[in-house]
Amino acid sequence: MKLDAKIPSGPIAEKWSKHKFEMKLVNPANKRKYSVIVVGTGLAGASAAASMAELGYNVKAFCFQDSPRRAHSIAAQGGINAAKNYQNDGDSVFRLFYDTVKGGDFRSREANVHRLAEVSTAIIDQCVAQGVPFAREYGGLLANRSFGGAQVSRTFYARGQTGQQLLLGAYSALSRQIGLGKVQMYPRTEMLDVVLVDGHAKGIVVRNLVTGEVKSYAADAVVLATGGYGNVFYLSTNAMACNVTAAYRAYKRGAAFANPCYTQIHPTCIPVSGEYQSKLTLMSESLRNDGRIWVPKSADDKRAPNDIPEADRDYYLERKYPSFGNLAPRDISSRAAKEVCDEGRGVGDTGLGVYLDFADAINRLGEDTIRERYGNLFDMYERITADNPYKVPMRIFPASHYTMGGLWVDYNLESTIPGLFVLGEANFSDHGANRLGASALMQGLADGYFVIPYTIANYFAAAGAKNLSPDGKDFKRTEDEVNERTRKLLSINGKRSVDSFHRELGKIMWDYCGMARNRKGLETALQKIPELREQFWQDVRVLGTNEELNMSLENAGRVADFLEFAEVMCEDALDREESCGAHFREEYQTEDGEALRNDKKYTYVAAWEYKGVGTKPELHKEPLEFENVKLATRSYK
Amino acid sequence: MNLTLHVWRQKNAHDKGRMEVYQARDISEHMSFLEMLDVVNEQLVEQGIDPIHFDHDCREGICGTCSLVINGAPHGHQKATTTCQLHMRHFSDGDHIYIEPFRAKAFPVIKDLVVDRSAFDRIMQAGGFVSVNTGGIPDANAIPIPKYFAEKAMDAAACIGCGACVAACKNASAMLFVGAKVSQFAHLPQGQVERERRVRAMVAQMDAEGFGNCTNQYECEAVCPKEISVEVIAKMNREYLRAATKKS
Ligand SMILES: Cc1cc2nc3c(=O)[nH]c(=O)nc-3n(C[C@H](O)[C@H](O)[C@H](O)COP(=O)(O)OP(=O)(O)OC[C@H]3O[C@@H](n4cnc5c(N)ncnc54)[C@H](O)[C@@H]3O)c2cc1C
Ligand code: FES
Repeated sequence: MKLDAKIPSGPIAEKWSKHKFEMKLVNPANKRKYSVIVVGTGLAGASAAASMAELGYNVKAFCFQDSPRRAHSIAAQGGINAAKNYQNDGDSVFRLFYDTVKGGDFRSREANVHRLAEVSTAIIDQCVAQGVPFAREYGGLLANRSFGGAQVSRTFYARGQTGQQLLLGAYSALSRQIGLGKVQMYPRTEMLDVVLVDGHAKGIVVRNLVTGEVKSYAADAVVLATGGYGNVFYLSTNAMACNVTAAYRAYKRGAAFANPCYTQIHPTCIPVSGEYQSKLTLMSESLRNDGRIWVPKSADDKRAPNDIPEADRDYYLERKYPSFGNLAPRDISSRAAKEVCDEGRGVGDTGLGVYLDFADAINRLGEDTIRERYGNLFDMYERITADNPYKVPMRIFPASHYTMGGLWVDYNLESTIPGLFVLGEANFSDHGANRLGASALMQGLADGYFVIPYTIANYFAAAGAKNLSPDGKDFKRTEDEVNERTRKLLSINGKRSVDSFHRELGKIMWDYCGMARNRKGLETALQKIPELREQFWQDVRVLGTNEELNMSLENAGRVADFLEFAEVMCEDALDREESCGAHFREEYQTEDGEALRNDKKYTYVAAWEYKGVGTKPELHKEPLEFENVKLATRSYK
Repeated sequence: MNLTLHVWRQKNAHDKGRMEVYQARDISEHMSFLEMLDVVNEQLVEQGIDPIHFDHDCREGICGTCSLVINGAPHGHQKATTTCQLHMRHFSDGDHIYIEPFRAKAFPVIKDLVVDRSAFDRIMQAGGFVSVNTGGIPDANAIPIPKYFAEKAMDAAACIGCGACVAACKNASAMLFVGAKVSQFAHLPQGQVERERRVRAMVAQMDAEGFGNCTNQYECEAVCPKEISVEVIAKMNREYLRAATKKS
């Protein structure tokens, strides 16, 4: 396998323009001869499908939800970044680029990040034109807020529902193309494999989730926009059905998987309340603007929070990071919470929680101001916990939230399988080892609206329109493999539910490959995962048949893939003998417990090549070069 | 707490369907309603009984996937709350809970509690958009929008497309859903160009899908988990009238 990032030459600010000019085009009359499959209709997939259809390509789009409007992107709360500099506070494309590279702890590809910052401004224009109701000032112009890791206000938002509004915008563009007949939409349809013809991705095999019918679709190129794999931890802030299957099966067909160990743990989520817990709810990062985080000084202090006097409280973030305090970046805040809980000072029934206290802010600003700022979040918190955060401090704990790792792509967003493109959270491209808040929405829409429409033309122009039939032998062979796997899952008829395996895997991953990792733990995980996988294939119980809506069967396929993928994650975490961004190896830290990067040895993208189930994948390295940003140690003290 | 569940089971679209009774034991008050069903399903699977199928995804009240009519009310009796955000502390030990699918001619049952809401997508495809292509758009601040209108548009745009409004309405009317989208665009300058065409196309598709008419019962507003106001229906009716008096 050869990794060629295809980064255009020339100064960073001119690379994308130059590349756009140099890429081949497909002339307007010929576009209708080409077809493309888009898997996923989140921000990345819906924007890509709509934009390519507008250009004239024939698009088939797939999602497993009952409607494209329900993709997980809908749940994003806080906002979307763009270098508009509407606030006149010194923002620029270069500053957004710089913040993103630094926030990613110098483990992302400069050229991609710069392009992202460049196109960010057009995204906002596009969304406004679609009728996205962003927040506005009294003068009628767009409002901004600030977010972690930046010193300017560049985040656009629509109340606490930014993801919803952006997705509904992309969905409306997609719906228009469906209505015009340029996109054929297949909801409740799950992609279970990608089909290669002469080494190029030329189709997919899917299962109709209502009828169980397994079928192939052919096209001239395949685009995956299938989201992240945060649910490998079982509990996460992701929607229940988010999974790694599409990306993982592409990996098994030869697409390299990059940096799988870079997983973001968000510091402010509602803690687990019991065994039955099915997901964790995010409480927006913005709460840390006014809330103060603390735990009791003594592990034996079991008093109710309001009975603990100031002197017996430890505001540990303020103590350790006096200049950023409660607004320290996500990775740092999460680890600090884990640390105090490991010391036995965690709060709540489980001891896995810290307080987020608004008493000071309420005293200073009054309850009304706090209600105005965070009312909907406080209501949501109360709905879930039955505690009133105006009266008692919130309890929060870190949870799996976002995955920076993903399928490796070059500058054109093409994977190591020619003709297979990967967009959005499913690729690895822009966030390095840690993503800044409000940058995932930006990346998904950048990839879909403004990158893939150009780069796919370049591929088409070179590869030509093939007009393949989905009845060819490559398709049939792949279908047979998919059917065989389903048959196997349904025939085991063991004793344990699919969820019980997923929960157990999640616990292994959280304990050994979560917020902090070390060699011994990772080796333990690498021993436990194959054992659990073996048990799964012997003892899982999936009832019902293939020929009907069968959610246990769907889930079983996804968990089976997580059970293989988890090993790749641990291998990656083991290989990376340094701490960077969200990847914290306990062996590599400074005297005061901060992440210690090793730029000499690890300034590379780790791209893993599949070598068989249970066999260690092969590591390929894409060296990262920093020509525009100087490598430095992040400090938030 | 222990509960008795009466659950609608229906093998597929052709099956007649019936209520079945299950016991839910040792339910914690901290569980969400769907987590309670997860627990019951694990027990059913152990007994070799096909688990109860229901739609869900985000479990945060935003994706609009979850549904269920709980004790006669879409999303249950808790105000402004989706089923996934409903917690068991609102029930008591010994309760009987009746769980049925969203019912409407335009929402056929697929299995158990899962219904087909694709009619909503087809209404959007008919006109729920602004016809702009990607690229070549003037600067986002080129057209200022008064905060009042932006907020009004956002109130309407908050709809999650769950279909509770239809399930609550004795006429199975989709007017709250359609009105929300029509109002959102009617409040924004971007929506003006296609104003007449949009409302005509969306209403025509709504009728073609078999949704009923609004007879001002306001059940839709009462059950809407996002508290979309029936004002949007009035707005849609005005837009429709206005369109009727203009040539296309
Ligand atoms: C609670 C929460 C809050 C967030 N808030 C913010 C925020 O404020 N700002 C920000 O920038 N980011 C935020 N993020 C991150 C951001 O929302 C996501 O990274 C982003 O939306 C992912 O978009 P996507 O298009 O890549 O994937 P998704 O939206 O996850 O879409 C995936 C699509 O792929 C489909 N799919 C997947 N697998 C298959 C398959 N096998 N077959 C068929 N279809 C398949 C799904 O049906 C779906 O349509 C948040 C994330 C969470 C969890
Ligand atoms: S599951 Fe998403 S709204 Fe209930």
